[in-house]
Amino acid sequence: MKQKRRVRVMVAKPGLDGHDRGARIIARAYRDAGFEVVYTGLHQTPEEIVEAAIQEDVDMIGLSSLAGAHKYLFLAVVELLREKAADDIVVCGGGIIPDDDIKRLKESGVKEVFTPGTPLDDIVKWVKHNITPRQD
Amino acid sequence: MNDIVEKVVAGDVRTVARLIRDIDDGMPEVRGILKDLYPHTGKAYVIGITGAPGVGKSTLVDQMVAHLRKRDKTVGVLAVDPTSPFSGGAILGDRVRMQRHSMDQGVFIRSLATRGHFGGLTQSTRSAIDVFDAMGKDYILVETVGVGQDEVDVVRSAHTTVIVVIPGMGDDIQAIKAGILEIGDIFLINKADREGSDKTLSDLRLMIEMDHKKYDRGEWKPPILKIQAVFDKGVAEFIDEIDKHAKYLAETAGGLDFRESKSKVRQELGEMIKARLIEEVIDRLTESGDFDRAVESIINGKIDPYTACENLVLPIVS
Amino acid sequence: MPLTFNAKIFDDIEKGNKKWQENLDKVFGAKPERLTRFSTVSDREINRIYTPADVRDQDFAADIGFPGDYPFTRGVQPSMYRGRFWTMRMFAGLGSAKDTNKRFHLLVKEGQTGLSTAFDMPTLMGYDSDAPKARGECGKCGVAIDTLNDMEDLFEGLPIDKITTSMTINPPASIIWAMYIAMAEKRGIDRKVLGGTIQNDMLKEFIAQKTFMCPPVPSVRIIEDTVEFGTKEVPRWNTISISGYHIREAGSTALQELAFTLADGIAYTEKAIERGLDVDDFAPRFSFFFNSHLDFFEEIAKLRAARRMWAKIMKGRFKAKDPRSWWLRFHTQTAGCTLTAQQPYNNVVRTALQALAAIMGGTQSLHTNSLDEVLAIPTEEAATIALRTQQIIAEESGVANTIDPLGGSYFVEALTDQMEEEAFDIIQKIDDMGGMLSAIEKNFPQQEIADSAYHYQRQIDEKEKTVVGVNKYAVEEEIPVEVLEIDEELESLQIEKTNRVKTERDNQRVAECLEKVGDACSGKQNIMEPLIDAAKANVTLQEVCDVYRKVYGEYRDPGIY
Repeated sequence: MKQKRRVRVMVAKPGLDGHDRGARIIARAYRDAGFEVVYTGLHQTPEEIVEAAIQEDVDMIGLSSLAGAHKYLFLAVVELLREKAADDIVVCGGGIIPDDDIKRLKESGVKEVFTPGTPLDDIVKWVKHNITPRQD
Repeated sequence: MNDIVEKVVAGDVRTVARLIRDIDDGMPEVRGILKDLYPHTGKAYVIGITGAPGVGKSTLVDQMVAHLRKRDKTVGVLAVDPTSPFSGGAILGDRVRMQRHSMDQGVFIRSLATRGHFGGLTQSTRSAIDVFDAMGKDYILVETVGVGQDEVDVVRSAHTTVIVVIPGMGDDIQAIKAGILEIGDIFLINKADREGSDKTLSDLRLMIEMDHKKYDRGEWKPPILKIQAVFDKGVAEFIDEIDKHAKYLAETAGGLDFRESKSKVRQELGEMIKARLIEEVIDRLTESGDFDRAVESIINGKIDPYTACENLVLPIVS
Repeated sequence: MPLTFNAKIFDDIEKGNKKWQENLDKVFGAKPERLTRFSTVSDREINRIYTPADVRDQDFAADIGFPGDYPFTRGVQPSMYRGRFWTMRMFAGLGSAKDTNKRFHLLVKEGQTGLSTAFDMPTLMGYDSDAPKARGECGKCGVAIDTLNDMEDLFEGLPIDKITTSMTINPPASIIWAMYIAMAEKRGIDRKVLGGTIQNDMLKEFIAQKTFMCPPVPSVRIIEDTVEFGTKEVPRWNTISISGYHIREAGSTALQELAFTLADGIAYTEKAIERGLDVDDFAPRFSFFFNSHLDFFEEIAKLRAARRMWAKIMKGRFKAKDPRSWWLRFHTQTAGCTLTAQQPYNNVVRTALQALAAIMGGTQSLHTNSLDEVLAIPTEEAATIALRTQQIIAEESGVANTIDPLGGSYFVEALTDQMEEEAFDIIQKIDDMGGMLSAIEKNFPQQEIADSAYHYQRQIDEKEKTVVGVNKYAVEEEIPVEVLEIDEELESLQIEKTNRVKTERDNQRVAECLEKVGDACSGKQNIMEPLIDAAKANVTLQEVCDVYRKVYGEYRDPGIY
């Protein structure tokens, strides 16, 4: 019986911030949308996240930050993926992130940023639309 | 293809990660790669760890990894979590408890979902074990929730099968003993500081003693250990027991290389044939449309499922 | 004695209600009710109307009574806001200690009556600014404190002998408090006159906020050291602020917030008694911290129920004799999680309503969120509007002129009773598990909250619950809001400052101090005096926390989703 590719995503909490309500809710929503979700838990360094994403062969990393350190942390993840030639893994972010920062993050390679109040279905739809499981 | 095999054998993380995904997704091209990898396997020691949800398997695996690393052994971990029967998705959360090893190049952690395909979990997990083996991991730890037959089969194919329970499961032990307990080589009572651990210990002991005739013949008698994985209490002693079991296998049970054990090869080949047959047959029937047509006919009352099954299968096998 | 109704009157009321409901059913038969199901934000179903029959078992003297009288349903002090308003305490912290000090001076000038400090993530987690794990986080969501030097800059020019200071910090609360005491003593202020609060509530961190360092058991041990020390040495200090706020922010219902918070309070009380302290010596210094969320009446009922329950717990369960032990004094913050990035000016209105609920619920102090808090650290303008919101409620609306104005409302009283009963059921369940520490180990509260959070988010997505500007009345155009930026250079400046302190201090003395801290940790000696000595020797926050981590081990996220 032939298996289809399944979307595999990683939900990660970089940095010291412990506010994981959003990350946990998103993880559940992804599961309910039929994705396989690897959850890293709290307090991860960018290096740990990237290494885990590569070992897990995920299609996307969803990063959550609510304590203002998103610029450093998100961009560090993007940068490390590039260094490891794994930048086919899409990086998304969510949390308390001002508009100007969203612009800067997107210019630097973060594919999408979701701010508080974004309906789960919109996020799931975005993933379904923009993330295709690896084809090769 | 050779390129991939070379990279796996050289221990390239990205290549291994992608290959396991291909195995899991049932990509047909992996068969060739697995054939070429086979000569590079047979060196790793495989430990299966199973038990009900919440008994602390992931925390235990995390501590085992730490101990094995202290002995300079490389480790591959396969953590299997159930797929949601409603959405087909899964949250693979075992990794959370092992993330401290993620920067350690001697450790490779991979989460797998059960996905619920006929026998597929067993096959894909075994193939993933082979890949870790070929990449040179000394130990491979496979963690599953011991509920389905598939998952039991997965840990059963390990060198050492470990059953984890917690105190206060007395009645449950009675209930599951027929299924899981008989495959255990080592039993662990985790969270042993909790009330009822002595009762659990004596229950388990009683059950194991029922097979005393086997032990009299010199067969392996499963030890029972009280541990507290979260505080790393008893884990070192547990690993010593694994060593003893490995020694027992090497000396008495036909050696550590299961590829040289007739019964193991017989069993694995049988299962492989079964899985492959189901896969091929269902694929063919789905592609030709015969499967869907038969379903329709049954629903419309034109045919009974027994006849339909015969009509579908006999032309293929005869 | 029950309210002044007799049985005959209840019969008439129930008959009347039945008739009224039937008539209404006819009306709604033609054109149905607005919703198929009316429920609070926490999804508690609410009746069309409440009557005296809903509170027929209530006894005025025993259940409601007068403010300042047991069981304090109407407030802990007899005078409440007739004497003085609640403390308007705005949480502030950003960038360096000097930046935050400037903000403190501004807030005091604008009429704020108490200080409240927000620390940055590295400080909250027990790391100095130069730790590898702190990269990119210095000063981002609060102030960075590495050494006594930073603490001195933070309170420069502020009258800490007169003004009370609240410090929102948990795993390193003991060392931060030690730095504060050391700073005061260096200024010649006696520790006995210091007033303020350290949050110091680790149980809710394991349950909800996840700022954790050591495992639960040693974490609680350090807390009990501070409780013991405070009781004897710093009698005006609230050594612990038992917090429901974060439990709610993590997605719990109002009921879960109430029950888990009081269960935490029970756990701390039990541990302090185990240590040999007299309940009446420490319980009066326990304070609480609640969330004020969107559902107006449910929030008021929650706060009233909390007061009554704590009084019963302290008097009944712990046999406290001092009435001050029975008091549930609490700070309230409006619900950060209800703010939206969309149409951010709407947040001012949300916050005003939540503040109103907190005040009707009888809070002792209040923080009102700024409209831009969902985007970043508040700007001065936004923080001022938030403070003005409290001042308008206090001084223009008149709601503070009557004590417990909703007491006697059939609805609010019925809801208060209902929440009390259900919360006691949950507490019983936790007791049956062996108390809150065991419940946490079994992931019980964590799982309950995760389920509630997901349920609520789904209700918003299904539009069962409305979020104005998000799932209803959404617009394309966004009003640009000015957002405060934290200077990226701050990190290197702060690291430089800490390094300077480290080179200039007496490192021999530092080593000795740390050894004494370690001895206290592994032995039975109270940790606080060695910590104050260490603070005075310019030991850094992380150096102390590293000792904690070494002696007690590190707690890691069990990853409940």
